[in-house]
Amino acid sequence: MIRRLLLAILIALAVPAIVIVPTAIVAQAPAATSGATGGPGPAETSHPPIVPSASGVPTAATLNPEREEMVRRLASELRCPVCQGLSVQDSPTELSMQMKAVIRGQLEQGKTPDEVRAYFVARYGEWILLKPEASGFNLVIYFLPLAMLLAGGVWVAFTVRRWRKHGGDVAPYPAEEPA
Amino acid sequence: MNWKRVAMVLLGLVPVIGLLAFGLSRDPRQIDSPLPGRAAPMFDLPIFTDPSGKQLGRTVRLEQLRGQVVVLNFWASWCLACRGEHTVLSTVARKYEGQGVQFFGVLYNDTPENGERWIAEMGGQAYPALADDGARTAIDFGLYGVPETFIIGPDGRVAYKHVGPVTEEVLVEWIEKLRAGAPATEGAS
Amino acid sequence: MTRLLGDLAVAAALALSLGGILASFRGGGTLAQAKRFSVLVFGALSVAALAMIVALVTHDFSVGYVAQVGSRATPLFFTVISLWSALEGSILFWGWVLAFYTALVAWGAPDSLGALKRYALGTMLAVGSFFYLLLVGPASPFLPVFPVPADGPGPNPLLQNHILMAIHPPLLYLGYVGMTVPFAFAVGSLLARRTDQDWIRVTRRWTISAWTFLSLAIVAGMWWSYEVLGWGGYWAWDPVENASFMPWLTATAFLHSVMVQERRGVLKTWNVSLIISTFLLTILGTFLTRSGVLSSVHAFAEGPIGSYFLGFISVTLVFSLALLAGRSDYLKSEGSLEGVASRETAFLVNNLLLAAFTFTVLLGTLFPLVAEAVRGVKVSVGGPFFDRMTLPLCMALLFLVGVGPALPWRSARPEELKRKLLAPSVALVVMAIVCVVIGVPSVYGAVAFCFGAFALTGNLQEYVVGIMARRKAHGENPAVALVRLVGANRHRYGGYLSHVGVLMLAIGVAASSTYRKEHEQTLKVGESAMVAGWELRLEKLWGADEPHRFVVGADIQVLKDGKRIDMMDPRLNFYRSRQEPVPTPDVREAWTDLYLNLMAFEQDGSQATISVVVEPLVIWIWLGGGIVALGALIAMWPDRRKRGPKRTSSSTPSVREPRREEERELVEAGGD
Repeated sequence: MIRRLLLAILIALAVPAIVIVPTAIVAQAPAATSGATGGPGPAETSHPPIVPSASGVPTAATLNPEREEMVRRLASELRCPVCQGLSVQDSPTELSMQMKAVIRGQLEQGKTPDEVRAYFVARYGEWILLKPEASGFNLVIYFLPLAMLLAGGVWVAFTVRRWRKHGGDVAPYPAEEPA
Repeated sequence: MNWKRVAMVLLGLVPVIGLLAFGLSRDPRQIDSPLPGRAAPMFDLPIFTDPSGKQLGRTVRLEQLRGQVVVLNFWASWCLACRGEHTVLSTVARKYEGQGVQFFGVLYNDTPENGERWIAEMGGQAYPALADDGARTAIDFGLYGVPETFIIGPDGRVAYKHVGPVTEEVLVEWIEKLRAGAPATEGAS
Repeated sequence: MTRLLGDLAVAAALALSLGGILASFRGGGTLAQAKRFSVLVFGALSVAALAMIVALVTHDFSVGYVAQVGSRATPLFFTVISLWSALEGSILFWGWVLAFYTALVAWGAPDSLGALKRYALGTMLAVGSFFYLLLVGPASPFLPVFPVPADGPGPNPLLQNHILMAIHPPLLYLGYVGMTVPFAFAVGSLLARRTDQDWIRVTRRWTISAWTFLSLAIVAGMWWSYEVLGWGGYWAWDPVENASFMPWLTATAFLHSVMVQERRGVLKTWNVSLIISTFLLTILGTFLTRSGVLSSVHAFAEGPIGSYFLGFISVTLVFSLALLAGRSDYLKSEGSLEGVASRETAFLVNNLLLAAFTFTVLLGTLFPLVAEAVRGVKVSVGGPFFDRMTLPLCMALLFLVGVGPALPWRSARPEELKRKLLAPSVALVVMAIVCVVIGVPSVYGAVAFCFGAFALTGNLQEYVVGIMARRKAHGENPAVALVRLVGANRHRYGGYLSHVGVLMLAIGVAASSTYRKEHEQTLKVGESAMVAGWELRLEKLWGADEPHRFVVGADIQVLKDGKRIDMMDPRLNFYRSRQEPVPTPDVREAWTDLYLNLMAFEQDGSQATISVVVEPLVIWIWLGGGIVALGALIAMWPDRRKRGPKRTSSSTPSVREPRREEERELVEAGGD
């Protein structure tokens, strides 16, 4: 009995350990910083038809990690206008990168996240937000699932109670009725 | 057969099927723009080529155009649909030349060299072409893609947004309406 | 020639399936007739499918579908799999899989089921008829093309660059279409006014295998989008992803809930509703992605096919739900519950949580339509919404996965419950302490880790307890004990293994989301970015001209503490036929994934903009998925002792007696 208990606790400790080790390693790693090393290397390119411009994304000199984090967060809430449902953050398109540049510029000017969101909604409509504003009719999708869960929970409680009332006998495998 | 329950279920299904049928009739890619009726975003864009030969200075600012009807067409050399509407735009531009109607083409996500080459290929253009660095103005106008055409009234408000290649009828209809002094109200087509 | 053959074959399939429907439901029809028709339909569809494959491989551009997706430049492998790369071909493939399942049921299900089997076959043929009708009409892949072109455009380039693209659709179809089998038997059971559980018992393996295929398909889809699409994510709550996820949720609930019905005779209405919902959701999913109702990554071209699907889904909705409602009196509970703290209750709660989950996803997916209908304004419902609304449910489910195995059937004695939950609770507390100590940045992440540890311990404990009981009873060494343990209770221990797989997947998702680090930077050649301890140096920017595309690549040297680890090359592909470039990211998959994507570059090759994503434990997601499938495979592995429902006395008694002893031991060791 004691042996079993000890074994059980051993598992209990082993499992978190397996999960913790890798996540802890990454948790210790510092946030991104930048640096320049080495010399220039040779580069050859031909001329592709459309060139996504490298404009907007900061170089080592202009990088501001906190602001970049805010840009990423806002970009994740906006829908890429030329993609199929991707966020601006996830989209590889040029327009998305330009929108991120606009976001970055506005944050640099001191605009708040709400103001940035309002800017895009004023130009693209509510559609540009990936999470509908919680107001008016939109509240339906926020409250209906909750209501359904609560109602379901109440119903489950009643069902269990009802089952128990008829409880006591274990019903054998129900007899078949002729097809 | 419990017909009462069947009736209830059937009743409940009517709105569901109705919704799906409604969905079929809508185009999910067509988004109504909130701009019409509102003041047009300010822009200040450089002219990279002026085939009409008019001397409009080196940049165009929206404030300078107060009192005129402005037709702003966003295009790109890689945009196939833009080819169809090009002649229409130039024709209508010429028709209303000097009558308080200004046409501008705004290049979207393309290089001025490509733009000039494309205009030359298409046999010229009756109005200036503006460069929009970083698509700032395009984003300011809530652009989803090209071609899109905005018609701005003399009061500086966006009257109408057209998604896709624009037609002569649409252009003329709106220009006439605005010159006659009708207020900006319509949404996008 | 192939075109004509294919055309005739699908027409024949349609005619035969209609005949089969008559044979199944008509008064004078017999089971033998229904079976015959089912097999013939499969034969006809196989001819059609073969004709299409031959046409694709021989580049017969007189056939409509080949002219649409075929190309002489495409390698043979991708030519064959282009069978399902566009709408018409995918419908043909669906039809073939359905015909295959129908024939398999005709051949494999016991004839002793009588009318139940006949009605089930009829239902499957009826569903099939819709698809065969599409193949004859609006979605015909065998339309003639004149004049015959010399070459074709080839399949979508996104579908050509990864092996998973070959695997994901067949897995998905096997899963989706497989759900038709238990659905058909449920419908047959209602039609035949049966109140018993035969339809569940007979279809158990079908349901588990369809569920397994669906699970694998979803994970394969996630892996494919992770490696191909460039944003370092694996799930976007895109409508078509939701369309595959919702039936999975209801099918999972079904798999658990039927165990209660088989033991206690309750939850009958739940189970029929769950399987009907599963089937309806698969059809809804197909409708949403093929009708253009919602814009999605997956959307095939629209056309009149949308209206056909609307008709089909309306008919199936009305018919199946009306049948369920009308015959609901035959689904009265025949049993009862002994204790509130029991596995039965846990499964009921499971049903509730999964149903709420499905409802939330369905509501979010359809809400843009609803909002447009009511307010006339288009809204978007995307990732942020679904994440927010489903995370609490996921946490509750994680916890339940740990509690379920600890709860016995019927009723739990408090001491027994305490004993079983001791180790998992210790794991939870230990994990919680560790989370606080290392400072997990997200509350949900910490909760997920804690509940995950709780549930993992609970499920693994079952194995340990079982092995120890066997050792005590038989003195077997652990390896043998494990094999014999699982062999004697495949369903149970296979299930626990699937739980472990799901938990690994969940922990992988939690860790990769919580500890995800993103970084974008514009680098000059020779310059480095430092991300999470890695140094990423841009060595070279290069371009290459290929027949159908122009490729720009960035060679990035990965270093850690100055030591070279790897050379990675994310690329941008410029296809002649498309405007926007298609990125090919490079992923270094290890315990922690390093994900590089090339976003932009200067034409003179002097600098490039790359995005870097570092996420730990992503590999657990793929491994977890594999383990889920392994567990399910074990669960449905046929028992050598019992074969079919009728055999009772054919196995030798002497072999059975000792096993009874073991089972008693196990019951004492920790519940049934």
